[in-house]
Amino acid sequence: MALRLRASLLLGVLLFTLPALAIDPMPFRDDVERQRFRALADELRCMVCQNQNLADSDAPLAQDMRNEVLRMIQAGQSDAEIKSFLTDRYGEFVLYRPPVNRATWLLWFGPFILLLAGAIALFVIVRRRARALPSKEIPSEEPW
Amino acid sequence: MIRYLIPVLLFAALAVLLFTGLGKDPRVIPSALIDRPVPEFSLPELRDPQQQVSHQDHLGDVHMVSVWASWCPSCRVQHPALHELAREHGLPLVGLNYKDEPGEALRWLNQFGDPYQSIAYDPDGRVAMDFGVYGAPETFVVDAQGKIRYKHIGPIDRATIDDTLRPMIAELRAERVDGP
Repeated sequence: MALRLRASLLLGVLLFTLPALAIDPMPFRDDVERQRFRALADELRCMVCQNQNLADSDAPLAQDMRNEVLRMIQAGQSDAEIKSFLTDRYGEFVLYRPPVNRATWLLWFGPFILLLAGAIALFVIVRRRARALPSKEIPSEEPW
Repeated sequence: MIRYLIPVLLFAALAVLLFTGLGKDPRVIPSALIDRPVPEFSLPELRDPQQQVSHQDHLGDVHMVSVWASWCPSCRVQHPALHELAREHGLPLVGLNYKDEPGEALRWLNQFGDPYQSIAYDPDGRVAMDFGVYGAPETFVVDAQGKIRYKHIGPIDRATIDDTLRPMIAELRAERVDGP
């Protein structure tokens, strides 16, 4: 009895963990198609709920965009063609992975540059402090 | 003394940068279509489905494409502005009725007035996607050569008309006399 209960509970939990595309099931013709679609939908941004990718968003526009992506996959378009179709209309913002070019250079490398600058500053300051004789650092013997 | 000011200055610079960022609306994405030809389309006219509305209809005139729908509350807010643009500035308005139901759309126009020269009926939003539309209302200013010159996201208000649209329309109209 306990075993059957555990088995049903396990089945129940497993059913809830099946990867869910946000909404309507899509008519994939095969696994390759589904995987290509998932890969693209994860990398494209929903233009309405701009913090969600196309795979997760509930917005009607996201559904339209998903339909369009699938239509293009089934029409034999390449990933690059699909992405440029969308960037032609919505700009580079629609890509969650922005291309590395002059415009996005600061976005990609800025944080590392700041980190490096901070590390260098820290290094210089610590070294300068270490060089100074301790007696010079200690303030006079006056009470606080 | 200067050495101790450096972190303060860096902080001030960062603060200014972030503060100006706060004032910007993250939902407004610059259009990818500026200075490019208006997307090709041919859709049935909402008020007379036997007729077709196409991207070439107003070639030769500065005009505006206005994405709207009866389910869009901001469209109602901006509607007087559209009336003003059509009436006082003689600006041809092409409506793009976005993902709407024709009965509802016509009822809406009956109630709030119809400033449109033509209204393209786009129920599945396919043409709107070509325009890079991601909500309503959105407005495109198209020059006489059929190139999109400006996109306004969200309702058009007094400030938009006075500060942006009116000068822009005058400028674009002056443009066409000189040729491409």
